[in-house]
Amino acid sequence: MDDLKAAVSFLLPWEFSPSALVLCAGVVLLYARGLMDQPLKERPGLGRRLAFIGGWAAIYFVMQTRWDYFSQHMFFMHRIQHLVLHHIGPFLVVFAQPLPVLARGLPFGMAGRVFRPLCNNSLTRFVYRLLQNWLVAPVLFVGLIYLWLTPSIHFNAMLSAPIYLAMNWSMLLDGLLFWTLMLDPRTRREGALIGFGPRIFLLLLSMVPQIYLGAHIGLSTRELYDVYSVCGRAWPLSPLMDQNFGGLITWIPAAMMHVIAVLILLARWMRSDEGPSADAQTSASLPV
Amino acid sequence: MQRNPIILISALTACIALVACAEKTHWRTDNIDGLMPTLEFNMTDDAGQAVNARTYRGKTVLLYFGYTNCPDVCPTTLAKLGQALDATRNHGAATVVLFVTVDPKRDTVERMHEYVQSFGSWFVGLRGTPDELEALTKRYRVTYSFGKPDKDGNYDVTHSTAVFVFDGTGRSRLLMLPRDSAADITADLDQLYAMSAS
Repeated sequence: MDDLKAAVSFLLPWEFSPSALVLCAGVVLLYARGLMDQPLKERPGLGRRLAFIGGWAAIYFVMQTRWDYFSQHMFFMHRIQHLVLHHIGPFLVVFAQPLPVLARGLPFGMAGRVFRPLCNNSLTRFVYRLLQNWLVAPVLFVGLIYLWLTPSIHFNAMLSAPIYLAMNWSMLLDGLLFWTLMLDPRTRREGALIGFGPRIFLLLLSMVPQIYLGAHIGLSTRELYDVYSVCGRAWPLSPLMDQNFGGLITWIPAAMMHVIAVLILLARWMRSDEGPSADAQTSASLPV
Repeated sequence: MQRNPIILISALTACIALVACAEKTHWRTDNIDGLMPTLEFNMTDDAGQAVNARTYRGKTVLLYFGYTNCPDVCPTTLAKLGQALDATRNHGAATVVLFVTVDPKRDTVERMHEYVQSFGSWFVGLRGTPDELEALTKRYRVTYSFGKPDKDGNYDVTHSTAVFVFDGTGRSRLLMLPRDSAADITADLDQLYAMSAS
């Protein structure tokens, strides 16, 4: 009984955020509605469905349960929180290619009346294209990590509730944007903003500064983020040990997500008509 | 299209530079003006009286979390605060140091009273119920954790090392850390008093 109580209190929001609840529950409900409405043959596979639900569940878990408390008071827990918000959660969600299902799930004909006009609106398109520019998107992705890990900014973010929220939401939204751009299943010709080859290059390139930063933090012998000592740690762990773990999390699993993305893209590239085998295929199909 | 990001980045940089230059007052300790919520709590003071934030309105409040069995950080910090307050121009008139125990199990009201007395007249010991303590620590995003008890049942408590400073209206102003010297604290408190008076 006590275990159950402890589990429930762990899952209850540490600092309740209506927007997090509305977003996470909202998209999952829309998705479920869209799935019901979809003919069996068109439904995405089990793997993709699980990736979508799992991605949002992970995002909700690190944002709203007691995990959030630990993230405020342990550096390495905070790094795991950001890994999920910026890399793993959005990666899974985008991997599921949920947009057609979500659009189907929109009630009251909103897909046609709200969603499509919004997508076709020139301002939305302009802002989206700007954020998804081949230079802006990776710079924003890496830049946000560096910004929030700047010691003085990190210090304020951990003290001030509004800045803390801005930090976590910016990581989540940027993660969704970045992986939407990178994991686009389409080729350049089919409408992707960037071709497979350049995307692979950008993924590998943007991995480097993250590895550098993670290594810098993880191997540092100086306490870089003293806010956790200032505010007290959730459990007694030495500041440097906490920082070492945090650095390693910034370094290894984050880079791993980039490598996984590269492998997925390579596979898609090979199969597409943009791939290295495209010429061979074309010549083979020509009547001789 | 290609030039837009560059314009955007330059504009952002210019904004940041402007904001950075606009800051005039120089503080030696950390400036957290308005960064944290207004002072708010319900607790019991070391005289056994129920008190809340309104009790101390009009006074500069220094808020610190600790426990009386604390071997080093708490006594050092409290002694330094006493020394710094005594050195201010008005000898810390209208200033109160609220020492909140994170170990209410061992720190009874009597014990808190005895403890804070030894540091000077500015010090008030506060003790809360678990709910009151959680509300206050959560509000200021601080936490604490208990170490394993030794064979005599004594244990250490890991807690926040910061002193939060609020002005007479309860607005958060400064954050003082163990690395700040008594002279730094005195200088900043004098500056804060001067600002509040004007």
